[in-house]
Amino acid sequence: MAKMINLTIDGHSVSVPEGTLVVNAAKQIGIDIPVFCYHPKMEPVGMCRMCLVDIGRPVIDRATNQPVLNPDGTPKLNFGPKLETACTTPVSEGMVVDGLNDKVRAGRKDIIEFLLTSHPLDCPICDKGGECPLQNLTLGFGPGSSRFLLDEKMRLAKHLPLGDLIMLDRERCIQCGRCVRYQHEIAGDPVIAFYNRGRYLEIMTDSDPGFDSVFSGNTTDICPVGALTTNDFRFEARPWEMKSSASICAQCPVGCNTTLNVRREARAKGSTVVKRVMPRQNELVNEIWMCDKGRFAYHYMGTEARLTAPLVRKDDVLVEATWEEALAAAADGLRAAGSSLVTLAGGRLSNEDLFSLQQLTALQFGKAVLHSYMAGGELTAALGMAPGSNFSDMGKETAIVVVSSDLYEEAPIYYHRIRQAALRGAALIVVNARPTKLDDVAAHSLRCRYGEEPAVLAGLAPGGKPLEGWQAAAEALAAAENLVLLYGSDGTGLEGSQALSAACASLLTATGRAGRANNGLIAVWAHANDQGAFDMGFRPEPALDVTLAQAAAVYVAAADPAGDSPALADALDRAGFVVVQELFLTETARRADVVFPVSTYIEREGSFTNAERRVQRFYPALPPRPGTLPDFVITAQMGACLGHAIEARSASQVFLRIAAQHPAYAGQTYTTLAHTEEQWPIVGRQDLYYGGTGYDNHQGLGVQLPLVPLAEQPPTPARAQRAVAPDGTLMVYPVTRLYDRGTTVMPTLLLKDRIAQRVLALHPETAARFGLAAGVETQLTLNGVTAPVGVRLDDTLPLDVALLPRSVGLPAWEPVAIRVNQPSPLNDTPPA
Amino acid sequence: MTEQTTILLRHRAVPGLDQLQVYRDNGGFETFRKVVTSMQPADVLAEVKNSGLRGRGGAGFPTGTKWGFLPNNIWPHYVVANADESEPGTFKDREIMESNPFQFLEGLAIASYAVGANLSYVYLRGEFWQIAERLDEDIAALEAAGLLGDNLFGTQYSLRLRTHLGAGAYICGEETALLESLEGKLGQPRLRPPFPAVYGLFGKPTVINNVETLTNLPPILEKGAAWYRTFGTEKSPGVKIFSLSGCINRPGNYELPLGVTFRELIFDYGGGVPEGRTVKAFMSAGASSTIVVADDAALDTPMDYESTQNTLNAPLGSASVIILDDSVDMAWLVDKTVHFFRHESCGKCTPCREGTYWMSHLTHRIAHGKARPEDIELLDTVAAQMQGKCLCALGEFSTMAVRSGIEKFRADFEANVRRAPHG
Repeated sequence: MAKMINLTIDGHSVSVPEGTLVVNAAKQIGIDIPVFCYHPKMEPVGMCRMCLVDIGRPVIDRATNQPVLNPDGTPKLNFGPKLETACTTPVSEGMVVDGLNDKVRAGRKDIIEFLLTSHPLDCPICDKGGECPLQNLTLGFGPGSSRFLLDEKMRLAKHLPLGDLIMLDRERCIQCGRCVRYQHEIAGDPVIAFYNRGRYLEIMTDSDPGFDSVFSGNTTDICPVGALTTNDFRFEARPWEMKSSASICAQCPVGCNTTLNVRREARAKGSTVVKRVMPRQNELVNEIWMCDKGRFAYHYMGTEARLTAPLVRKDDVLVEATWEEALAAAADGLRAAGSSLVTLAGGRLSNEDLFSLQQLTALQFGKAVLHSYMAGGELTAALGMAPGSNFSDMGKETAIVVVSSDLYEEAPIYYHRIRQAALRGAALIVVNARPTKLDDVAAHSLRCRYGEEPAVLAGLAPGGKPLEGWQAAAEALAAAENLVLLYGSDGTGLEGSQALSAACASLLTATGRAGRANNGLIAVWAHANDQGAFDMGFRPEPALDVTLAQAAAVYVAAADPAGDSPALADALDRAGFVVVQELFLTETARRADVVFPVSTYIEREGSFTNAERRVQRFYPALPPRPGTLPDFVITAQMGACLGHAIEARSASQVFLRIAAQHPAYAGQTYTTLAHTEEQWPIVGRQDLYYGGTGYDNHQGLGVQLPLVPLAEQPPTPARAQRAVAPDGTLMVYPVTRLYDRGTTVMPTLLLKDRIAQRVLALHPETAARFGLAAGVETQLTLNGVTAPVGVRLDDTLPLDVALLPRSVGLPAWEPVAIRVNQPSPLNDTPPA
Repeated sequence: MTEQTTILLRHRAVPGLDQLQVYRDNGGFETFRKVVTSMQPADVLAEVKNSGLRGRGGAGFPTGTKWGFLPNNIWPHYVVANADESEPGTFKDREIMESNPFQFLEGLAIASYAVGANLSYVYLRGEFWQIAERLDEDIAALEAAGLLGDNLFGTQYSLRLRTHLGAGAYICGEETALLESLEGKLGQPRLRPPFPAVYGLFGKPTVINNVETLTNLPPILEKGAAWYRTFGTEKSPGVKIFSLSGCINRPGNYELPLGVTFRELIFDYGGGVPEGRTVKAFMSAGASSTIVVADDAALDTPMDYESTQNTLNAPLGSASVIILDDSVDMAWLVDKTVHFFRHESCGKCTPCREGTYWMSHLTHRIAHGKARPEDIELLDTVAAQMQGKCLCALGEFSTMAVRSGIEKFRADFEANVRRAPHG
């Protein structure tokens, strides 16, 4: 417990821990000392000089070491000749801070006047206008008129793209350096910097492509002026025209809390549309950050391609039908299939949708399958992050093991937070077949071959035999009080994921650390709610094609197996009756007998369970697209046709059923999920000093679920068999790219240059052995699909393997050996 | 007339001193050998403290005290020689490094031993690239001669020296900006505390000493603190190189005991001002100084750290004395200094970045006969509102000539305004 220091700020007494900065002590008692450069998430720099205050300190008699007293008995104070910066000055005992006197007001006026000498004052056309600290502080402290001649103002670039996502207005920039410091200190992507000096000091990017960071959007939130704006929101709306609503990002399993700003507008023919997505403060999940995918990949919600009416197959053609017709047709199909029903759900569904689907499936005696290339959700439910866990609390007492994951691509905010924990001293152990960005801050980077990761983990366990040179990692792991394990899907398919999750569980169990706060197992799922799907009883299916082909009825929701793989498309064709709930007419929907149009998650209520097993609510931001219904309602209506009573009155009612049926969720309600408390740092108040208008969280921090005992014995990790490529073939391993070619990403045109390309990455030597050259396309046949593939050489990759991004149209759900055709000129006919 | 000394500018007495053999023939590196083989670091520190040597870079901080701030539980320690010499009117370090480089390097080696540094740096301004090349050769020669390197003189002590060139920025003479630049970053000052003595180069305890300061060390350790104190004054002991420039007949470096008067420097050594003009004013510490009216009281002020500050309200600084005769228009001079500081402001803090830019517009208008009458007052208030708010001293320095110029030579400014079209 830190020593407490007593001081007075503007006449109010406050007691804060030793080392607290004056600006933060003031914030705790509701006093907003104005700042530009200071940000509580970053080290203070004292550059802008806006936070000047007058500070008096008690005079201490050197002989007695006691405060000298005035005649009236009050301590004699010594005020310095200069004002001091509240953002760099730590509190001290008996300090008296005056932020209200004339000297301070004059000092602040002076700084504002300086800042405005070269500021364009173009508030009427500035996106920040209405939520701008400079605008607010100018009104609060500024001189009201300028003594600086207009003709002598700096004229600078006003539309400078730092990259394709972020635009810089150099006239508005006040050189506070928040963006530069964020990218260097926090994001770990030092791709922007200051250039030149004096009044010519300016922000520049030195990466190619420009501002090459998946966290770039965060700089627009913390920019205290309108210098940095996103190309997405720039000139789109004024802050006061928009309504905001709380949501959860559905792009990955982190579950970043978000604020959606929406507006009804003429351009959208009078309908309400999303104008921007911003992070909402949840210090337990995403703090005040989010990645650019979450920020920008929302445009799919508003596209014309959405399904808005049910479709029923008539004479082998899908035609629009009424809900009654479609529900009756679907119910007939399911009834006829009896227990030969396979329900295939995707992890972007809410807990409520999944619960209802599972109920219907169980009532029909069918099988609930999760469409996933990752396994282990039952293990994370038992050994996951225990309640009270928070990456922000982790430091040198914690070992964090990241295995088979390129976290920067798979779950950027985990990368972001684990990087911070590593910088605070956490022993970060990265186990991967290839280098990833997390290696930069890792204490131990253990390089193994694809498929050998479970063996590496076994070697790290107490009593295990770590390989040569990895002793130090094993010791660090053993020495740490806490252990967090994350496994991803870099180069693994479902089979590999099973072995990996079992090995992780085994290691965690062997160390005896499971069940305590800041300990546990995290699966870096492919979707926002894969964990919820496991919790609701869905399991991935190893031989999915066989299972689907043999089913008399297949009920698919939020999954596109046919689009993912020709083998699954073929299996669906062979399956009996197919019902699909979808946003779009996917390959799977095209093969259905009945298709139901669903509402997107932002058009309704619901909850997701993130990879740390925190259940979080999302709220409706838009009215439902006419003609659509939430998934759980459709399921319940279908159930009604089959004679099953399935709860569908409201999402909150469905959640009560979940709580009643699933022990981990026991006692939880939409009210408990909506609970909030004051978070530190205080960033979301009216003053807007630390960010835009999105940070306030009044709608819930969510609840981290208690662990549930494993229903069965944990699987003994199988001696994983490393896939060996037969002679003359090349092993291709699937990897995840953040900007995938999924249906939720592609409609965001802004990201088009960053979207994963159909490119095989290999070591130059491997490429040479197989006659592949950079930039020369080659025909590749993978699991029945033949397509031209580009080649990218990367000498950091291991030998004899090739990496292929998921989602680029070549089905690579498992590591697969391929034969490489010799490169041929583009106009050559592809091999038959 | 006080004798010029050749303690620091020893090459003026010993020709060819920039050759290692000549330097060694004249006792060179014997002091370093003595220090390493027969003295404890604490003894060296005590001797330097006793000598009363104060930093010659400008601040005049006691050198021994500065060394004493280094914590003994954080390692490694570094010594950085500040050879960024960039104050307008200062050219003493350049002469030392060009003509008496080995005494400087021996001083750096002694300082390194005193604080336990095994790797020390010479940070030079970018324009000194030729000097850096020479120093690299000199360092190589010292290593070849076994005077630098591992296990020196058969002891456990090892020392390597490296040079590093800046990119030509005044601010990199400020010690924390220097460290940033030395680390390969943009040259901007750091927040203090923590001070470099605790958190310096690469986050380790670091001593930064000026070239001239370090060059004092071999004679102090050779002849002792008591000998050194026979020069200079009680509180400012020793000798100092005064760089004399401006309107003067014999500009140049003069090595004199601290405490000689401005009058002696200007008239006895500098030979007075040219063409029979009179001394109107002087700046005691280059462009960072206030402008001092050259009346009898000012001319008779002893040039030591206390007298200059207390009597003239001007720092002695690096003792770069710029003489201004009665032909100089002070508004023109102030425009020159402000232009310099605007060009050299690093841009990190608001008042300096915006204030120097604003002031340069005002001084330009005034000096070029385009000012409005109210611009003089505006200039003074802009300078005043910068004061006390800047992150480092550069911003404060930029206001010195402005405010003292307007205060003491207002007529010069008003004359310029009168010749403006609307004046």
